[in-house]
Amino acid sequence: MDISHDALVAFSKSWGLFYLIGLMIGVLIYTFRPSNRKKFDRAKQSVLDQDDKPWT
Amino acid sequence: MILTLTEAERQIALGISVAVALGGLVLAAAGTQDTMEVHGWLILVFGAICAIVVIRDLWGPEPPRSRLESYYDEPIKAGIIASMAWAVVAMFVGVWVAALLAFPDLTFDGAWASFGRLRPVHTSGVIFGFGGNALIATSLHVVQRTSRARLPDQLSPWFVLVGYNLFCILAASGYLLGVTQSKEYAEAEWYADIWLVIVWVTYFVLYIRTLARRKEPHIYVANWYFMAFILVVAILHIINNLAVPVSLGHAKSYTIWSGVQDAMVQWWYGHNAVAFFLTAGFLGMLYYYLPIRAQRPIFSYRLSILSFWGITFFYMWAGSHHLHYTALPHWVQTLGMTFSVMLLVPSWASAGNALLTLNGAWHRVRDDATLRFMMVAAVFYGISTFEGSFLAIRPVNSLSHYTDWTVGHVHAGALGWVALITFGSFYTLVPSLWKRDTMYSPALVEWHFWLSLAGTLIYIFAMWNSGIIQGLMWRTYTEEGTLAYSFIDSLRAMYPYYIARTLGGLFFLIGAVIGAYNMWRTIRSAPSSAPVEGDVPLSAATAVARG
Repeated sequence: MDISHDALVAFSKSWGLFYLIGLMIGVLIYTFRPSNRKKFDRAKQSVLDQDDKPWT
Repeated sequence: MILTLTEAERQIALGISVAVALGGLVLAAAGTQDTMEVHGWLILVFGAICAIVVIRDLWGPEPPRSRLESYYDEPIKAGIIASMAWAVVAMFVGVWVAALLAFPDLTFDGAWASFGRLRPVHTSGVIFGFGGNALIATSLHVVQRTSRARLPDQLSPWFVLVGYNLFCILAASGYLLGVTQSKEYAEAEWYADIWLVIVWVTYFVLYIRTLARRKEPHIYVANWYFMAFILVVAILHIINNLAVPVSLGHAKSYTIWSGVQDAMVQWWYGHNAVAFFLTAGFLGMLYYYLPIRAQRPIFSYRLSILSFWGITFFYMWAGSHHLHYTALPHWVQTLGMTFSVMLLVPSWASAGNALLTLNGAWHRVRDDATLRFMMVAAVFYGISTFEGSFLAIRPVNSLSHYTDWTVGHVHAGALGWVALITFGSFYTLVPSLWKRDTMYSPALVEWHFWLSLAGTLIYIFAMWNSGIIQGLMWRTYTEEGTLAYSFIDSLRAMYPYYIARTLGGLFFLIGAVIGAYNMWRTIRSAPSSAPVEGDVPLSAATAVARG
């Protein structure tokens, strides 16, 4: 199959844009989903909790 | 260190060492007509030393079961020592090549000491030797702590660390011998590249296995950055180093990419090496050691997630800004330029997140040089990412490209950001890993800090001046429409700046030597009498919030 330069450019300029916007929407939903708030708060506090032993 | 391995692991370690030594012998035999022979012998000696180290303790007692109740820190300690050793050597070579530009006689008539051979020793030595070892050590520390899980085995972290250093030695020694594939930051030849792939895949698998053992449900954001670093560096390294050797007995190889595609692949690699090796990995350090040292949680966890996805997905497209005004299609240049400018958003989000974390702890920044290292690193991260976006704009690039401005920009990032965040992390790690109350000398940490800062500022101001003068001289025309200055004229104008930059680099080197000495004395000092509980940094400045 021969892909012409123009076809590749058209593909990049359209789908490249769509998938990045799609990714952005996905990331925004993940970040601001209320149900994730507790998880993130815990993560940010838990690194300061230094028991220095693996949990078993 | 061998005694911490189980007996089965020691046998495998011996097997690997012998296999590496035999591999070296094969290379030496195959490459008798080539510089490859030297590398063959070098690998043989390296493998033999590893084998001897393993054999000495091969039949020693089995490590106790209780080891599983603690984190596995031995390879992390070795990684920190290796990192500082590379820092001293490679920064010394950096000062040397800087001096060569002002005083060309400093090659002492040796071909191996010419600028073209020493420079990659400096760049690979600091990026891969110093930075890479620091990343391996800190990533293995962070992943264990944030996952609350011990590394899955004792052998693979050693394989990664020792194997990685073998790659670094092959790379640096090869450059002195004239072995290079002439791709910036990817100069090492095909056999070293194949070895690095094996090591790196093991590293990736080790990281994933540790994460899979985690007891924390959520993977802390620092690990995301380390994962991105490991995964993307693997992809970049493999694709950029696809090459065909002249023969299996020759070090020389030719890349499978040709023409402008080769240039694009190289700078896709080159810029993402900056993005994922020198940025993502070190942001992983920042997001863990800065909160720990400041005893404050990160300002906004959500912001750190948003900037993570921004940085990882924007950087992928920015590489073409290295090829403005070349045969590369114009739209690809524009794409690279646009993404570079967009990158400012997630970059400043990260820098701002770090500085806002310190808001309310400024008295600690004032009193604690270790925290100050991290704070200044975040500031330089902000400065150099702004500068990077700016330089990527095509008309700006027409002035700056091929001048010392680029060199200044790289060093604002490498000295101001990468090295300072590493030193800050090491000063946090060393006392806690070796169970000491504090560093051997807090005063020497202060000296290191101020020498580093002064050295970095002298360096980048010299290069800004020099770069802009160079750029302007190269584009100044006379009324007749001819160039006003010859290249030699611009070279003469650089002379004072080259001396200033050597001096700045020397300051930075002295700081690193002081840091290495201080860490060494800390390691050799008597352990603190009371057992240290936890990883809490114990300097007077941060002891406040313990418990």
